[in-house]
Amino acid sequence: MMVVTVVALARSRNLFAVVVLFGAYSFLMATVLVALDAVDVAMTEAAVGAGISTVLFLGALHLCRSEEAKPAHRPLIPLALASGVGALLVYGSLGLPAFSDPTAPIHTHVAPRYLNEGPKETGVPNVVTAVLASYRGYDTFGETTVVFTAGIGVIALLRRRNKNKAEQS
Amino acid sequence: MSTLAGYFSYAVTIFLLVAGLFIIIARGNLIKKMVGLGIFQTSVYLLYIAPGKLVGGTAPIIAPGFHVYSNPLPHVLILTAIVVGVATLALGLALAVRIHEAYGSIEEDEILEQDNADAGSKERGG
Amino acid sequence: MNQQLVLRVIAKLLIPFILVFALYVQFHGDFGPGGGFQAGVTLAAAMIFYALIFGLATARRNVPDRLLEGMIAGGVLLYGGVGVAGMLLGGNFLDYFVLDADPVVGQHRGIFWVEAGVALTVSSVMLKLFYLFADRANHSGADVQNDLNRPEGGA
Repeated sequence: MMVVTVVALARSRNLFAVVVLFGAYSFLMATVLVALDAVDVAMTEAAVGAGISTVLFLGALHLCRSEEAKPAHRPLIPLALASGVGALLVYGSLGLPAFSDPTAPIHTHVAPRYLNEGPKETGVPNVVTAVLASYRGYDTFGETTVVFTAGIGVIALLRRRNKNKAEQS
Repeated sequence: MSTLAGYFSYAVTIFLLVAGLFIIIARGNLIKKMVGLGIFQTSVYLLYIAPGKLVGGTAPIIAPGFHVYSNPLPHVLILTAIVVGVATLALGLALAVRIHEAYGSIEEDEILEQDNADAGSKERGG
Repeated sequence: MNQQLVLRVIAKLLIPFILVFALYVQFHGDFGPGGGFQAGVTLAAAMIFYALIFGLATARRNVPDRLLEGMIAGGVLLYGGVGVAGMLLGGNFLDYFVLDADPVVGQHRGIFWVEAGVALTVSSVMLKLFYLFADRANHSGADVQNDLNRPEGGA
């Protein structure tokens, strides 16, 4: 179903339809994430992907034209390039461990320590929260700073012109 | 058959990634490109989350009665990635809006044409 | 959108629950799924919903821009402040063990404040982004989004 949505996304030229489809796609992605036991991530994806980014897209669409121009030439080179990358990735994925393999490297390094010691050391049963805020506090701090900086950037981009306009009129 | 199922998640991930990449390269519309980037990004989420899942496991919230949990580390990384993703997406959209105000268009071809015309007139003038 | 009675009633019914749910997600994040990011985006989504139904001006009156900008910076400062507090109490930067006599309680306390900082920054940035885009729309293409700008008549 996600694949169908993405194909429709790529083909449609009406940007409004594209944005709504992208919201639906985000919800589908969130359900897939629930199936993969990533409840925290799914919650965020549903709120962010389907809620906030759709609203932002619509806001931007309102400011721009909502119909995409017809492409001037056939997209042969991008198609070839994309399938080339895809073939390379398929080749690469053959060397990866199979789905749900308990002996894969991802499950044998730091994860057991987080799962076994995390609740004892932090008193927080939700390991995702414990790792996010405590073990990887630096990462999260940097990430909060990125959100902060992006917010400042958008403020700088979108607000100054308003003042100019107010002065002009 | 089991090996085929084992690689299904990778196949979906790769298809999404390729589709996103194709949209980014092939379409000239800046907002469409942004949607392509979004799809590319979600494929990376899948790439991280899918290997962390263990069949028969549960979400990584420690509770009595469960012994197998999914790997919490990719969840943390992707959680932050989603929020950073929407922040940067907003920045990109803001840039697109500004470009639309400056050029009256968000199509790459038209913007490049205008740029070329500007450069040509400047050369003739100087 | 001021005339849409159904939308207004449903929004009035739903928004308090969304807000309460966001707080639940924030403070129960230690025990169930949730945390600062999820709570932040849920809060912001609730406010965006409110602004869409009742008008941008009404939302701006309730959550003014100045407050939002303060929250954007305040969240990051709170997060950094927890780190510095750990340093002042003799640990490393972002070291929560020293925040209380009992290291586990210290960890819990550190996580709580850090998540609060994250939620502050994320929710205010998201809402501010929406304000900026919507405000922009009001200034350039005034015809379609006129409704958004009109202040609420009754309550």
